[in-house]
Amino acid sequence: MNLLSIEGLGISFGGLKAVNDVSFGVKPGEIVSVIGPNGAGKTTLFNMISGVYQPGSGKVLLNGEDVTAMSPHLLARRGMCRTFQNLQVFQSMTVLENTIAGYHLQESGSVLADLLNLPSSRRRAKEAEAGARDLLKRVGLERAAEREAGSLSYGSLKRLEIARAMALKPKVLLLDEPAAGCNAVETEEIDHLIAEIAGSGVAILLVEHDMKMVMRISNHIVVLDHGEKIAEGDPASVSQNPAVIAAYLGAENAAG
Amino acid sequence: MSELLQFLLSGVTVGAVYALVALGFTIIYNASDVVNFAQGEFVMLGGMITVMAYTAGAPLPLAALAAVLATAALGVAMNKLAIEPARGAPVVSLVIITIGASIFIRGAAQLVFGKQIHTFPAFSGDDPIRILGATILPQSLWVIAGSVAVFVGLWLFFTRTLLGRAVLATSNNRLAAQLVGINTPFVMTLSFAMSAGIGALAGVLVTPITMTSYDVGLAFALKGFAAAMLGGMGNPKGALVGGFLLGVLEGLTAGYISSQYKDAAAFIVILAVLFFLPQGLFGRKSTDRV
Repeated sequence: MNLLSIEGLGISFGGLKAVNDVSFGVKPGEIVSVIGPNGAGKTTLFNMISGVYQPGSGKVLLNGEDVTAMSPHLLARRGMCRTFQNLQVFQSMTVLENTIAGYHLQESGSVLADLLNLPSSRRRAKEAEAGARDLLKRVGLERAAEREAGSLSYGSLKRLEIARAMALKPKVLLLDEPAAGCNAVETEEIDHLIAEIAGSGVAILLVEHDMKMVMRISNHIVVLDHGEKIAEGDPASVSQNPAVIAAYLGAENAAG
Repeated sequence: MSELLQFLLSGVTVGAVYALVALGFTIIYNASDVVNFAQGEFVMLGGMITVMAYTAGAPLPLAALAAVLATAALGVAMNKLAIEPARGAPVVSLVIITIGASIFIRGAAQLVFGKQIHTFPAFSGDDPIRILGATILPQSLWVIAGSVAVFVGLWLFFTRTLLGRAVLATSNNRLAAQLVGINTPFVMTLSFAMSAGIGALAGVLVTPITMTSYDVGLAFALKGFAAAMLGGMGNPKGALVGGFLLGVLEGLTAGYISSQYKDAAAFIVILAVLFFLPQGLFGRKSTDRV
């Protein structure tokens, strides 16, 4: 049973079909990667799934519910979270505050209780903080908890963004190039982190350029070229697929 | 001595109004980076609607409440009709839209309320209270108490409540706020409602002292803007301190130089802040990661 189903998704910008009739599914605990040459439509596809773009055709189903073009905050409430390639963190908050912000959804105190600083509201704040510190430990940022997010290294910010997404207790996590701009050590750390999250039963959809990483951690790979799905399957079969090799290396190489 | 005290007291009174206007600026600026130049019009509407309801026979507290609620609703309408459709436009365009909205509201107010000067009675009479040889109107105490109460309320709201922190998160990074499940359009609506309501409250409190007419909004907007700049745009504490400082400065200018020059104080403050202290007294340095 697919937790996330993409059915015939497509969008055109002007006359150009940026993504055309792409379908696939992601099961709980599975890591699915979307790969393809630059300009293949990966990020566009991601933006449609996460409600940033309105698809021209097709549907996105989350746990059987039609969530096509639903805005990001409603998707987050239904258990679908994403990270961005170009980092969307609260730069002027501390690392801990950023993570606590992810607990926003589970906190549901009344404004009045908060204003009066009632015990219930204090307890909730404490729980959120404890949970956030746990998550920071998991991503290896516990020592940086009190630092301002803007002062972190790129790799740390990537992990912070994942920690914040985890605070939402997602069922589906969309990661947009989580290893982009990271060095080899940082990439490996993120690798482990993603595998661990998937191990806890979260469905993960990944866009990533680092082929080694994709081949290492994916259960299933979807290959896009010129907006069309040209292949899908497990890492071994995809890497042998002539159409995929042609898309990456050019047609002559594949023929010759 | 009593002369100085008198200037200070009248300065603090107008300063409290500027602080309320500046707090209104702060809320919308925090949620959207937009400086809402229609803020002064909210002050005018607060006074005007109270006058209208009061002359129609409503008791004063009820008239004041109606004015605050009606103005808050108008603020929401302004967001929905003028700001939200232009979402994604650069901040400068949005600021210009607010200037357009302020001209529109002023024109409409002229048609609805006429050009006369209006007022309504002070809340607790007009007998001045004597303090060390200087005097202060009971209404001034209402104004000062009102601005301090609004400040404390806002401070608690932004630091303690989830909703308040959602507003701050939205101002910090709108997309990230959506990603953690914050309904950012609602945050915008709420900000406009609160900001307009606070502006209207300022109008309600100050009208018995300064009286009101359709065109008082512009002056309030400019003074409140100067106060917010002085304190540091986006910081409630800065808005409060900036408002009182500007009011006192104006009071002293009027007393010791000439009341003709008192309006110049605000503009000299704006220029001085822009030249020497662009972040204001409490503003944070803005740094961009590249």
